Amino acid sequence: MTTNSIGKPLTRVDGRAKVTGSAQYAADFNQPDQAYAVVVGATIGLGRVSGIDAEDVLGMPGVIAVLTHLNAPRLAYLPHKAVIDPAVGERLHALQDDLVHFHGQPVAVVIADTLDHADHGAARLNVRYIAKEPTVEPVGPGATTVIPAAGIQPDAWIRADTSRGDADVAVARAPVRIDAAYGIARENHNPMEPHATVAAWDGDRLTLWSKSQYVVNERAEMAAVFGIPADDVQVICPFIGGAFGTSLRTWPHVTLAAMASRKVARPVKLVLTRKQMFSLTGHRPRTHQRIVLGSTTDGKLTGLVHEGMGETSRHEEFMEALTAASGLMYACPNLRTRYRLVPLDTGTPNHMRGPGEASGIFALECAMDELSYELGIDPVELRRLNEPTIDESSNKPFSSRSLLECYALAADRFGWSRRNPAPRSMRDGRLLIGMGAASASYPAYHAPASARVRLLADGGAEVEAAASDMGPGTYTSMTQVAAETLGLPPGRVRFRLGRSDYPPTPSHGGSWTMASVGSAVRAACIAVQQEVMLRAIADQRSAFFDAMPSTLRWLEGRLLREGGSSQGESYRDIVARAGEAIEAKGSAQRDAEVAGRYSMHAFGAVFAEVAVDPDVGTISVRRAVGAYGAGRIINPRLAASQCTGGMVGGIGMALMERTMLDRRDGRSVNAHMAEYLVPVNLDIGVLEALFVEEHDPHVNPLGVKGLGEIALVGMAPAIANAVFHATGKRVRDLPIRIEDVVAT
Amino acid sequence: MFPFSFDKVSTEDEALRAAAAGGRFLAGGTTLIDLMREEIEQPRHLVDINALPLAEIRAEGSDLLIGALARMADVAGHPETLRLHPLIAESLLEGASPQLRNAASIGGNLLQRVRCPYFRMRDAACNKRMPGSGCSAIGGLNAGHAIMGTSEHCVATHPSDLAVALVALDATLRVRGPEGERGFPVEDLFRLPGETPHLEHTLMPGELIVEVWVPGGPPARKARYLKVRDRASYEFALVSTAVALDIQDGRILGARIAAGGVGTRPWRMRASEAALIGKAPVREAFSAAAELAVRGARPLSGNHYKVDLLRRTIVRALEMAGEMT
Amino acid sequence: MSARGVTITVNGEARSIACDPRTSLLDALREHLHLTGTKKGCNQGACGACTVLVDGRRINACLTLAVMHHGAEVTTIEGLATGDALHPLQAAFIDCDGLQCGFCTPGQIVSGVACINEGHASSAAEIQAWMSGNICRCGAYLGIIAAISQAAGRS
Repeated sequence: MTTNSIGKPLTRVDGRAKVTGSAQYAADFNQPDQAYAVVVGATIGLGRVSGIDAEDVLGMPGVIAVLTHLNAPRLAYLPHKAVIDPAVGERLHALQDDLVHFHGQPVAVVIADTLDHADHGAARLNVRYIAKEPTVEPVGPGATTVIPAAGIQPDAWIRADTSRGDADVAVARAPVRIDAAYGIARENHNPMEPHATVAAWDGDRLTLWSKSQYVVNERAEMAAVFGIPADDVQVICPFIGGAFGTSLRTWPHVTLAAMASRKVARPVKLVLTRKQMFSLTGHRPRTHQRIVLGSTTDGKLTGLVHEGMGETSRHEEFMEALTAASGLMYACPNLRTRYRLVPLDTGTPNHMRGPGEASGIFALECAMDELSYELGIDPVELRRLNEPTIDESSNKPFSSRSLLECYALAADRFGWSRRNPAPRSMRDGRLLIGMGAASASYPAYHAPASARVRLLADGGAEVEAAASDMGPGTYTSMTQVAAETLGLPPGRVRFRLGRSDYPPTPSHGGSWTMASVGSAVRAACIAVQQEVMLRAIADQRSAFFDAMPSTLRWLEGRLLREGGSSQGESYRDIVARAGEAIEAKGSAQRDAEVAGRYSMHAFGAVFAEVAVDPDVGTISVRRAVGAYGAGRIINPRLAASQCTGGMVGGIGMALMERTMLDRRDGRSVNAHMAEYLVPVNLDIGVLEALFVEEHDPHVNPLGVKGLGEIALVGMAPAIANAVFHATGKRVRDLPIRIEDVVAT
Repeated sequence: MFPFSFDKVSTEDEALRAAAAGGRFLAGGTTLIDLMREEIEQPRHLVDINALPLAEIRAEGSDLLIGALARMADVAGHPETLRLHPLIAESLLEGASPQLRNAASIGGNLLQRVRCPYFRMRDAACNKRMPGSGCSAIGGLNAGHAIMGTSEHCVATHPSDLAVALVALDATLRVRGPEGERGFPVEDLFRLPGETPHLEHTLMPGELIVEVWVPGGPPARKARYLKVRDRASYEFALVSTAVALDIQDGRILGARIAAGGVGTRPWRMRASEAALIGKAPVREAFSAAAELAVRGARPLSGNHYKVDLLRRTIVRALEMAGEMT
Repeated sequence: MSARGVTITVNGEARSIACDPRTSLLDALREHLHLTGTKKGCNQGACGACTVLVDGRRINACLTLAVMHHGAEVTTIEGLATGDALHPLQAAFIDCDGLQCGFCTPGQIVSGVACINEGHASSAAEIQAWMSGNICRCGAYLGIIAAISQAAGRS
């Protein structure tokens, strides 16, 4: 493989569309004669709908229909579970009965000729309830802890319990011990783009312009819900305005949009409000964790206990890999992990950037920092002392692991050596300065994917896959992979995504798009080259007529004879003679034998510097440096953006983000972007992302591990550790807020 | 949003007539339209007053006069504001966002409604929105609510930053209504919730804020606005304070302290001010004054932190003002 | 309450919109004129995705009514480029990678144009303060600051 495209800092191929406003997101697909649907959410936290005064609203100007459980069609809801759906439980069904499971659950949809009419009708719809008191707090009356049923299956992906050695004895006997509890608030993804679906039926065929990180699954799910063939459903989503996991699943509003469109026999646009996004489209579950570390006096871990629980809904068991990283991050002979769920009267959580690891590693890395102070050992040195030689949780070697290289690179860039180790010892004028470090890790996942390449008469290529681009730059990076493999300039390649009738790919999440779709694009490019070569060999007009394939090769988009001196033939030559575009499909999946042999993860080290105002407790992140060993970097410009963007998300997680529920009725009290805080431009300091060169031939043919999740993972603990260093005050619950810092 | 009829007026007299006929004034719209969309506000007739000639900003001697329709951004950036009352500019720039400051008027800023989430959710009990329905915040989530001036009926804070500065500076309002023109201190615009939290201000029906008059004088020169919040911008205050000091020969001759985020209206701290007179501008004196400021504070279940934070914010703001040359 | 005619000059072209007085400027642009470049992120004035210029000033199009702007000149993201030639700030956003998902980008760019015109782009710190009314959840702020600095330096 030549390197004329991969590894180059190309600007975004979709940049022009995005800066001119021509990139179309779901709600931008206005259809002729479309009506507007607005969801009405339950105003109780648990109970039943006892009556709906739909007639009053039907008489209002412009209102066409009101859908409720009383008049909604009974839908098929055939069994359907994708990898992004909880393995245990059943999805919320839309308007199929009178039960209210959580505050905000859809109980009606008002459809009108204009958005103003639909909004007003929805606001005026009177719904009567028989309310019960919900349980929305994971600790306290009504909350019970359960063992996740999927976590005790022999082949469990996330295991409820793991152990090696005897961790409890080890920590009890350890001369140095840390035993601490950590909490993380419920977070909402809050992408800038609200969830939206424009639905249109043509007979029994359904087209959805819909915000989705998984168009193939949205098609399959809608087919299952409506009991129609998947081929009769088309999902279109060329652009996603951020998602961070919230659009992995197909939530009930998509069904409602389709139902509404069928009801009024017109295309219908349904856009969730910002407030509705806090209850209807998942969240990072609240977690409570306990870490116990036992260590020798010279800093060798002897025992590690990681217990954690996350909230879920009553109707589904959402699981994430909360404790998994504790098994492999450090060398430790004795380990015990326990993962439990607390079902609550709430919507089902779902994956949010860095799911599992972001929360679990926060606890582990804060505890490691606490241990470093207890021991009087530099936090970075403590990690070095406990660097494992293999993944001790699976007893497999790592396909590659650059954690210590990441620490070295980032520490140097950050200036870690200038840190005075004593807490509350560094100042800049009045301000307390703190420096903190944390490790990051995320599995290098891979899933089967496919792609199609079409070589055109003009010598250019079209590449298609049912993939998504929520912001990392899928359009650009796939263009680079295709250009590289085909030997074409990137400008001659057009990559298309976001249609469910394109070759299927896995969900756009879990940092596996580059690995999975990229490998498929590469495979499809190789397949089309093979096809073009065969066409040339079969074509009497070609210089390669009847040649042995093994004597031919491709170089920079030209077919050449090995050792030959002629210019050979270009794609354009061969395609033009064929008289039609030449296309081929390719697919890729990880070799099971290789997957069984290695533990595959990306690693990183993150350093943060905070300034804390000792008088009023404000915290600002002045600098952060992250170094990542994430395999091959396809586009360093976009990769740096993705990683510094993840750091910004980490600032939010550490210092701002929390969705607060009123325990009386389960409502999200701060379901508003002015009240659920995420960082604004003035909140960020100097952020820098560095990449350790890694050549990992095992993860996939491209050697990529993925970046989206690990970009977030280490930032929050690095900040929390820096806040401790600045103030001498250990805050173990996120977000760390002013009131925590000034509290005496 | 409820349907409404819409008129644009171009003179004060037209505006007053329209209001007398039941119209609701619409200026920048950043509060009203937001709440109309939530159907918290349900005016049936809107009177767009943006064309009225009330946007002038000017100086009279050392006093600053601000037309009620001047935009927050224009006041903040106006040379006379910066010359005479930089505190006002500072408080304005700490509020909202550049886009909102371009739209929102000064009069509207003072009349903005509370940010209490229960007030903003139609299905929650709220005495301000629906008298007699109860206060959801008292037994609910109230970390952002008031510790002073509360009643058993309402605990919402007044959200304006500007109002805190104006109250500290003894600014007055000129209003016009069916009965003619009158003037009164900005501080008197805001009512305590008491048993009638739905009555937020003292304007009479149909009255229009015409102008804000900010007297000049020594306190204007050493004056700072300190806003404490969990992100650096685009957030309402947890606690804020506007302070002004008149220091001569190392002694405090005059002091003004008002706070936001802690009271059900912008909260003037007169006992603290009095305690500073004659003192040297040092931390001990500021701390003693801040101690008086929190006397009588009644924290709710979720906002005990505000008592200490208010103390700290006042001390720090006084230091910042004292450091000005 | 009936539809009423409003004429607004949008990107240099007089457009008549028959809309409900309730219709926000944002919905008028998106749902009536089908100028969907301006985005609805929160519809509550809390994110900045809907930023447009009205008579040269940046405001949130979600918190203002179309009827309030009869006779006004509105510039949206669609009105910044001249033919195929991007506005310098649009080009700078691509150069500096001041975007990821792209959804806040139209608001960021329109806001950034105003930020520069207002004279609030003389340093990174000033840009950060004056661009804090535009939230970017992807966290592309570094690129946004760089793009505005670059474009301000050129103009």
